[in-house]
Amino acid sequence: MDYIDPHIHMVSRTTDDYATLARMGCVAMSEPAFWAGFDRGSADGFRDYFRQLTEVEPKRAAQFGIQHFTWLCINAKEAENVSLSRDVIAMIPEFIHCKNVLGIGEIGLNKNTKNEATVFLEHLDLAVKFEQQILIHTPHLEDKYQGTRMILDMLCDDSRLDRTRVLVDHVEEHTIDEVLDRGFWAGMTLYPITKCTPARAVDMIERFGGERLLANSAGDWGPSKPTAVPDLIFEMRRRGHSESLIRKVVYENPIEFFSQSPNFSFTPRDAGSDPAS
Amino acid sequence: MHTATQILENEFLEVRAKLLEVAATLDRIDRSVAESAPLDTGAQSSRNRVDEAIRILLEEGPDRAEQLQRFFSHEYEKDWRRDMEI
Ligand SMILES: [Zn+2]
Repeated sequence: MDYIDPHIHMVSRTTDDYATLARMGCVAMSEPAFWAGFDRGSADGFRDYFRQLTEVEPKRAAQFGIQHFTWLCINAKEAENVSLSRDVIAMIPEFIHCKNVLGIGEIGLNKNTKNEATVFLEHLDLAVKFEQQILIHTPHLEDKYQGTRMILDMLCDDSRLDRTRVLVDHVEEHTIDEVLDRGFWAGMTLYPITKCTPARAVDMIERFGGERLLANSAGDWGPSKPTAVPDLIFEMRRRGHSESLIRKVVYENPIEFFSQSPNFSFTPRDAGSDPAS
Repeated sequence: MHTATQILENEFLEVRAKLLEVAATLDRIDRSVAESAPLDTGAQSSRNRVDEAIRILLEEGPDRAEQLQRFFSHEYEKDWRRDMEI
C-alpha cells in the first residue's frame, strides 16, 4: 500500500533507509526541523541545516521516487537558548518560500520551561504572519501531559489560529482526546519504549475513529524504526480493519492535512501515464 | 473486527510474555537488594510506583492505559501562565 510518513527525520537516516522505505510503499514524507543529534552553536548552524532540509534531502528522496516536504523552526530542545532562538526565527523567512516547505515545525515544549514557552509563542507569531501551517512536538514521558495541556492553552488563547491547520504530534492515550476535541489534528508517533507502539496506535484509531488522525515513525536520533508505519498497516490488517480505513490514516489524511499548505505539490504515484508504445 | 475471545486468543502468549518480563525484573531487583544494598530513596519511590501501576491494571474499566499514563505524568497546573509570567 502506498503511504506517507508525515513526521520522519531523514537527516538522521542512511540512504539504505530511503531504499527500504521506497520498497515498503512510502511515496512521500514530511520532515520537521528538529534537534540534529547535537546542540548547534550558532544561527549559521541552523542556516546550513535548513539548506539540508530544503535542498539536499528532497534530492536524496527523489532518487527513490519519494517526495520530500519539510517544516522549519528551532526545536524545543534548543529553544531554551532564547537569544539563539530569536536569531533563528529571524532567519526562517529566508527559507519559508522554498518549494518543499509546508510550515513552521516542529515547535513545542521539551521540559515545559518558561523559555521554551516564550519561543513557542514567538513561532506562533511567525506562522500567523506568513500564514503557515504549524506542526507541534509534545514532550515525552512524565512531561507529556502537562506540556500538551500548556501547548493547548497557548494555541487556544490565540484567536488568530485556524485549528484545522495545526497538527499536535506524539499524542498518546492521555492526550489524544483533548487534542481532537479542541479541533486540532493529532499525530501518533510509533516509537519503541518512550512513545506509542503500533498496537496501541491501532487501539486509539479504534477508540477515536480515523478523523484528523495521522501516524508517523519519527525516525530520528533516538532508538526509532523508520519502517514503523508499515508495521501499523500490518497490525490494522491483522485485526481485520478495512483497506479503506487503513488508507485513510496512512495516505489520505496526510494529503488532506498537508493540502492546506500551498507548497504541497504532491503527485500520486498512479497519476502518471505509460509512455506511448 | 475480532471478538473478545479472538483478541484474547491472539494476544494471550504476548501478554504472558510481558508479565513474565515484569516478574523477572522485579525478582532481579529483589535478588540484588538481598545480595548488595537496598534501593535508595528515589529508586524506592520508582519501585513503589510500579506496585501502584500493577494495582491500576487490576481495576475494571475501559481506560487502564490512559489511567497508567496519567499516573506516570506530572500534574498540570492551569495557572501556569500566571505563575511563569508569560
Ligand atoms: Zn520529530
